[in-house]
Amino acid sequence: MPINAPPPSVRVVTLRIDGLDLSAREDETIIEVCRENKIPIPSLCWMDGLSVVGACRLCMVEVTGQNRLLAACATRVAEGMEVTTDSEKLRRYRRTLVELLFAERNHVCSVCVSNGHCELQWLAEACGVDHVRMPYRNAGYGVDSSHEMFRVDHNRCVLCTRCVRVCDEIEGAHTWDLMGRGSDCQVITDLARPWGESDTCTSCGKCVQVCPTGALVKQGTSVGEMVKDQHFLPILARRRSAR
Amino acid sequence: MALCTLPGTATMSRTISIDPVTRIEGHARISLQLADSGEVEDAKFHLTQFRGFEKFCEGRPYREMPALTARTCGICPVSHLLASNKACDDLLAVSIPPTAEKLRRIMNLAQLLQSHALSFFHLSSPDLLLGWDSDPAQRNIFGVMAQNPELAKQGIKLRQIGQTIIEMLGGKKIHPTWVVPGGVNEPLDSAKREAMLEMLPNALTIAKDTYALFKTMVPRFKDEAEHFGTMPTMFLSLVSPKGQLEHYDGFLRLKDAEGRIVEDMVTPSDYPRIIGEAVEDFSYMKFPYYKPMGYPNGIYRVGPLARLNNADSCGTPFADVALAEFHMLQEDSGPVRSSFHYHYARLVEIIFAIEMMQRLLKDQGILDTRVRARARGNRTEGIGVAEAPRGTLMHHYKIDDAGLISWVDLIIATGHNNLAMNQSIKQVADAYVDGNKLSEGMLNRVEAMIRCYDPCLSCASHAFGQMPLSIELKDAAGNTLDRLVRDA
Repeated sequence: MPINAPPPSVRVVTLRIDGLDLSAREDETIIEVCRENKIPIPSLCWMDGLSVVGACRLCMVEVTGQNRLLAACATRVAEGMEVTTDSEKLRRYRRTLVELLFAERNHVCSVCVSNGHCELQWLAEACGVDHVRMPYRNAGYGVDSSHEMFRVDHNRCVLCTRCVRVCDEIEGAHTWDLMGRGSDCQVITDLARPWGESDTCTSCGKCVQVCPTGALVKQGTSVGEMVKDQHFLPILARRRSAR
Repeated sequence: MALCTLPGTATMSRTISIDPVTRIEGHARISLQLADSGEVEDAKFHLTQFRGFEKFCEGRPYREMPALTARTCGICPVSHLLASNKACDDLLAVSIPPTAEKLRRIMNLAQLLQSHALSFFHLSSPDLLLGWDSDPAQRNIFGVMAQNPELAKQGIKLRQIGQTIIEMLGGKKIHPTWVVPGGVNEPLDSAKREAMLEMLPNALTIAKDTYALFKTMVPRFKDEAEHFGTMPTMFLSLVSPKGQLEHYDGFLRLKDAEGRIVEDMVTPSDYPRIIGEAVEDFSYMKFPYYKPMGYPNGIYRVGPLARLNNADSCGTPFADVALAEFHMLQEDSGPVRSSFHYHYARLVEIIFAIEMMQRLLKDQGILDTRVRARARGNRTEGIGVAEAPRGTLMHHYKIDDAGLISWVDLIIATGHNNLAMNQSIKQVADAYVDGNKLSEGMLNRVEAMIRCYDPCLSCASHAFGQMPLSIELKDAAGNTLDRLVRDA
C-alpha cells in the first residue's frame, strides 16, 4: 500500500537490498519492497493499509550515501538505491529500542492474554532480547474495562497509534487519539472519557485487531487466548482507496 | 561443615538462629530463644521474603488472576490455577461442564503426585535414609542415589509421571494456562488419554513399593514421631459430600484433636465465618486461626495429615487399605497427631492420586468436547477453595463493575500451618536442643520437623545440601558462645 493514492502512471526503479537486485514501483517505500520480497525487517507502527507515522523506529535501515539511518516505512525507493536491512549496528539499535519498550511499561508476557500471539514478543525474540539491560520503570498505568466488548490496558501499550489510524482512516469514527507527553502519553477515547461511555465508538473492533500487543483485547479472553486477525485491513484499505 | 566452640558463659539468655532453613521451598529462618538455664524458652519460624501478591493484583482484570496468582509458586502452580479459576467461576456464576471438572481433577491429582514425590524423595528421604547425623555433604538426593539408587530413580520417575500428565493436559509442566474461568480451553484427545493410562500402572507400582518400604522404616523413627509436632490441634480440609478424601471441591470439615467434628459441610464460600487471619511482627506469613476459638487458641493443621484424619475413607481400593493402616499409627482412637506422619500421609495420597486418575481417565465422558461455560462477571465477589498438596488453598476476590480486581485475599496452605509449625519447632527444640552445646544432628531435627510440613514459601525449591547454614549461640551481651558453620 503506497503512502498516498498512486498517481496515474508510475515508473519502475531498480535497487539493491541486502545484495539482492530488485525492481519496485517508484511510489513504494523500502519496507513495502522488503515485505513483497520476504526480506525480514522489524516494525511495530507500520501496517499495510494504514498511513505512515514512523514512530517506532524499528525499521531503520542503512542506505549507501546517507550519513544517517532511515526509517524504511517512511523512505521511498529510488533508482540505484543500495539498502542494508541487517548489520551489527542495526541489530544493536533494534534490540535497544525493544528493551526500552519493555522497560517503559509493564509488559508481563506470562500473564498477558496475547501471550504467544504478540508482535512485541515476536520482535523481542527476533532481536535476541533475552533480558532487559535498563531498569524497569515499574510505573502503574490504568486499565479501562468499561467497554462491554473490549478492554484497553495502558501497561501494554507501545504507542504505535495503529488504533488511532485504523479508527480514523478505515472506520471513520476517530474515537481514538493521543494525550499527554513523554512517558505520560497514552491513547484515549473521546477526549479521555471511559471507552464504555464513548459516543463515537462503533464497537467494530478494528482497533483491537490491529493492536500489536495485549493493550487492546476482547473481554472474556484468558491468558494466551487473544489471537488477532488483521487480514481484513489491506482489503478494506484498497477498497477505500479505489473509491 | 565446621564446628567451633567459643569460650563464654552459658548462664545467660541466648538466641539460636537457623538461617536459612534448607531443603524447603522458599526462604525462612528459625530462631530459638534460650533461657538462662539453657532450655528453649521460645521458638519462631520466620518467613523472610515479601511477595505482595494481594496488593499488586488490584486493578487487574479478573481473568488474569489464574495466571497471575499461579506465579506464587513454581512447585504447585496448578493448585493456585485451580483455586483461582474456581474463584473466577464463582464470579461468572456458572457451573462448569462435568467433563471440565473431571479434567481439572486429573490435573490437580497429577500436581499432588509430583509435589508429594518431590517432598518425599528429593527433600525428605535424605534425612530418613541417611540419618540426621550423617555428613551434610552426602545428605541429599545424590547421597540417596549412592545408597539406594533404585529408590532415587523411582522417586524421579514418579515425579516425572506427574509432571508429564500436567504437560499433556496443559501444554507445559509449569504454569499451564489450559484451565480457564468456566472450565478448560481444550478437550482431552484419546491419544493423550491412552498415553496417560499407560504410564499410571508403573506409577502405582512405584508408589506401593515405596509405601511398603516406608512402613518398615516407621518404627525406627519412634522418637521423632513422639516429638515432631504432636501438640493437640484441630485439622482442616475439604471432604466430599460423602465425607471421603477430596482435593478439588466439596465441603470444609474441621476436627478437633480428639477426632470430634467441630465444623462440617461448610461450603467453601462460607470460610470467612470460621477462618480469621492474624499477623505477627516477626514473619511475613499470616497466622490463620479458627475464629470461634480466637487467636492463637484456634490452631489447626492442614495438608495430607489433616486430609487423612478428616476423611472417612478414600474411595479407592489400595488407598483405603493404606488409610486404615495410617490410622493405626495413633495408639488411641483419635486422629494421627504427630507431624512426622505427614510423610506417611503423603505416600497414602500418592497411591490415591494414581488410582483416582486411572478411574477418571477411564470415565466414558472424559473425551467430551463440551468443556467450557462462557459468561461474563455476574457477581462482584468470588471464592475458590481447593486442596493443594500442602493443604487447603483459598482464593477470595472482589471485582468492580468493570471486572477489575478491587480486593484479594489468598490463604495459602502453608499459612494455615503457621501456628502449628511454630509450636512444633518449640516442641522438637525442647526435646533435642541442648542450649549449651550445638550439634549438626540436633539442628537438623529442627529443620527436618519443618520439612514434615513441606512448607512452600515461594516459587522455587532450593538446592539441597549446598545451602550455607550458619548457627550462632549468643549471650544477652551479644558475645558468641558457640558457632556452627556449613559452607555453601
